[in-house]
Amino acid sequence: MKKSLPWLLLAPAALAVVVILLLPLAGTVGLTFDGREWYSNYVAFFRSGLNLSVLYRTLEIALVTTAISIVLGLPTAHVIARSPKSRRTLLIVCAVFPLLTSTVVRSFSWIVILGRNGFVNQVLQGIGVIDTPVGLLYTQTAVIVGLVHLFTPLMILSLVGVMENIEADVLQAASSLGASPAATFRQVVLPLAMPGIVVGSVLVFTGSFTAYTTPQLLGGDRQTVLATFLYQKAMISFDWAMASTIAVLMVVLTVVVILAMNSLARRLNPVGA
Amino acid sequence: MARRSHPALVAFAVLVYIFLLGPLVIVAGTAFSDTQFLAFPPQGFTGRWFANVFEVSAFRETFWISLQVAVFGTLLSLLLGIPAAYALSRYRNQVTKAFANFFVLPILVPEIVFGFSVLNSMSVGLDLPIFTTLLLGHMIIVLPYSVRVVSASLANFDYSIEEAAVSLGSNRLKTFFTIVLPNIRSGIIAAFILAFITSLNNVPVSLFLTGPGISTLPIQMLTYVENFFDPTVAALSVMLMSFTVVVMVAIERTLGLSYFAR
Repeated sequence: MKKSLPWLLLAPAALAVVVILLLPLAGTVGLTFDGREWYSNYVAFFRSGLNLSVLYRTLEIALVTTAISIVLGLPTAHVIARSPKSRRTLLIVCAVFPLLTSTVVRSFSWIVILGRNGFVNQVLQGIGVIDTPVGLLYTQTAVIVGLVHLFTPLMILSLVGVMENIEADVLQAASSLGASPAATFRQVVLPLAMPGIVVGSVLVFTGSFTAYTTPQLLGGDRQTVLATFLYQKAMISFDWAMASTIAVLMVVLTVVVILAMNSLARRLNPVGA
Repeated sequence: MARRSHPALVAFAVLVYIFLLGPLVIVAGTAFSDTQFLAFPPQGFTGRWFANVFEVSAFRETFWISLQVAVFGTLLSLLLGIPAAYALSRYRNQVTKAFANFFVLPILVPEIVFGFSVLNSMSVGLDLPIFTTLLLGHMIIVLPYSVRVVSASLANFDYSIEEAAVSLGSNRLKTFFTIVLPNIRSGIIAAFILAFITSLNNVPVSLFLTGPGISTLPIQMLTYVENFFDPTVAALSVMLMSFTVVVMVAIERTLGLSYFAR
């Protein structure tokens, strides 16, 4: 067989990624050097208090979203993994369904719930807690709630696999040797689930760190995050040098976080890695 | 499996599921409300918001564009992805392993950054037509799904069957189309469905690659939601969720939904 065949098969797809993804990305990096010095745009970004507040807000939202999705995902995945087969399938189906539903639809659902005439305001007015509707939308909490809703299924699905591999015997052994449920969780379940937690956290963090739709709909102009900031700079103020700088910072921070989480995972779980 | 979960954990999991699915139920409810604004619990019962979805010409037009982009973008990604997936699973070595990682790149790069970069380099830099850049952009974001799902299905393929056909005198190309392709048909269908729904739902890439006269359905919905508060989008959401159900049935029949929980 000809040695060149595998290359011929791989070349078109690889070429497409290079031409349509990597070269344009290089172009964006190139745009950031368009200042007096090559680093002028980066210095300008970090000099502005407004830019920094957007960066901090984005990091905070992504971190809180990741933490909450772990708290919601761990017990849920545990229950799914220990359920009988038919119920397990149903529960996985119910986690996949939102994942395949449009992010616009899912963020929109929180507008219906948190809006001035929304579900929450109606209930609170109905039971007499408040007289006039309170503004729940366009707050950082609204964005976080929307993102947790968006990404928790991803965390659950990342965890179900590893949870299933924790054998019931191991948990049985821990408790029969006198470990309390809390101790079993901390010393047995958590270390064994760590690979799933790391995969899930990377997915949720990078997803919420770069999300556009949810912060745009639930946060609006008051809760600008890097993704919506990039869009504003590019399409509203046509400051493409700054838009490119934001883009590069997003890529760099995403990569740094992925590497950091992987090394953290290796330290926490030297056997599994 | 023998050990049941603690009742408190089960209750917690039930609450998490209410949190995940409740909002979607609420949207479905408001879609039938006979009010000019979004109301839950719905007041009255009407199907007129569903009719209104078809009245809004922007929804009709962008739906067709979204459909075209999703179908052709996915087909293009399969055209590139199937040969690549074949090479990745057929010739296992360090080089193909590196290529397998390379094809994950479109998922690693934030979509909003990718969309902006394509706008900058291809729409403006090369002056390509809007529809072309939109199609190419979508092709790249779904390429990883095509490569991965087809590779997974090829991993179960017994290459000795292919060897047998070749040694009996069939040429390689013919063997690929008559022996290999039919055997991974369900994998290709699953890849198509996953890539299709990913393209159909995409916002961040389309955001930068739409222009005068050419927009996609999610972008149009985003614009509508920011300007109108009637239940039309809720009705459209119900229609899209029904489509998601169809997609899930199709995935279950081809790939198995367990694909999502590995």
